[in-house]
Amino acid sequence: MKKAFPLLALLTAALLGYALYQALVVAPREQTMGDVQRIFYYHVPSAWTAFLLFFINFLASVQFLVRPNEKLDRIAGWVAIAVGAICCVADFAIRDLPSGMHHGSIATTGLAVTALYFAIRKLFSEPGVDILALVTAEVGVVFCTVVLVTGPLWARPVWGIWWTWDIRLTSTLVLWLIYVSYLLLRRFSTSGETPVLAAALAVFGALDVPLVYFSIWFFRTQHPQPVIGGGGAIDPRMLRVLMINWLAFLCFAFLVCWSRYRLERVQRDVEETQALEALLEPRSAVQ
Amino acid sequence: MNYLYAAYAATWAIHITYLATLVRRHNRLKREIAELKPGLPR
Repeated sequence: MKKAFPLLALLTAALLGYALYQALVVAPREQTMGDVQRIFYYHVPSAWTAFLLFFINFLASVQFLVRPNEKLDRIAGWVAIAVGAICCVADFAIRDLPSGMHHGSIATTGLAVTALYFAIRKLFSEPGVDILALVTAEVGVVFCTVVLVTGPLWARPVWGIWWTWDIRLTSTLVLWLIYVSYLLLRRFSTSGETPVLAAALAVFGALDVPLVYFSIWFFRTQHPQPVIGGGGAIDPRMLRVLMINWLAFLCFAFLVCWSRYRLERVQRDVEETQALEALLEPRSAVQ
Repeated sequence: MNYLYAAYAATWAIHITYLATLVRRHNRLKREIAELKPGLPR
């Protein structure tokens, strides 16, 4: 797996270059906004990647909290299965969804939650889920920063203003602040309970993710309506370029998370050895 | 066009800055491991 990293990094770099070419050259020019609309090919995939990373952070934090208690762990597993089942039932039962929200998407999302929960449980040990939560929060904040920077750069020429205290924009800023405080807590707290406190904060912080995502469905907002599943029509060539860029950013995020995960594991091993060395030092001095 | 290039440049500036912090952390860790090796109990 370690040997595959340089090859994957090379492939990702090529994919990112191809995606950039697609966004700048191949994608058609939008008629009303002109070339500035191409910011969309970086802004939207970055937002989706950040949401996905924060969601993984949520699942990893839940597992970190429930795993020490076997009963809670089992209940959480059943809740994950129930989420998938309820979403499938809701898909058939709910007739009137908000405009543009498709039935298949509810069942897919629910089943993805269940699958992701059990995949994390199978692949990561107890300290592993804590590291995964830290890593996904960190990389998620990086992607969320991109969203908050590219958004105003698009808004200035299109709306004539850099920022407005609209629900989509404000909830995204709140989301960013929540995860920055999560990282600050992990970085500067010296308490032994820090991972538990951080996991609890992450569980509450994740509640903001659906609020950000669905805000444009349920509230009147200045932010453009969703282009996929939101009733808005998008040129198939634009959609293709958007998906290529998302795939490229997903691969990039995966590689960054992987490197950061390995770095954190080694860091913890070193800290453990340093602590052991500090414990042994006085004894060897006495001898 | 300027806003478009500014947005793309800002995106990569953010990612490269983060990658640079990872490289710095990696180098510091390597130094710590090197310092640790002679002192390890046998």
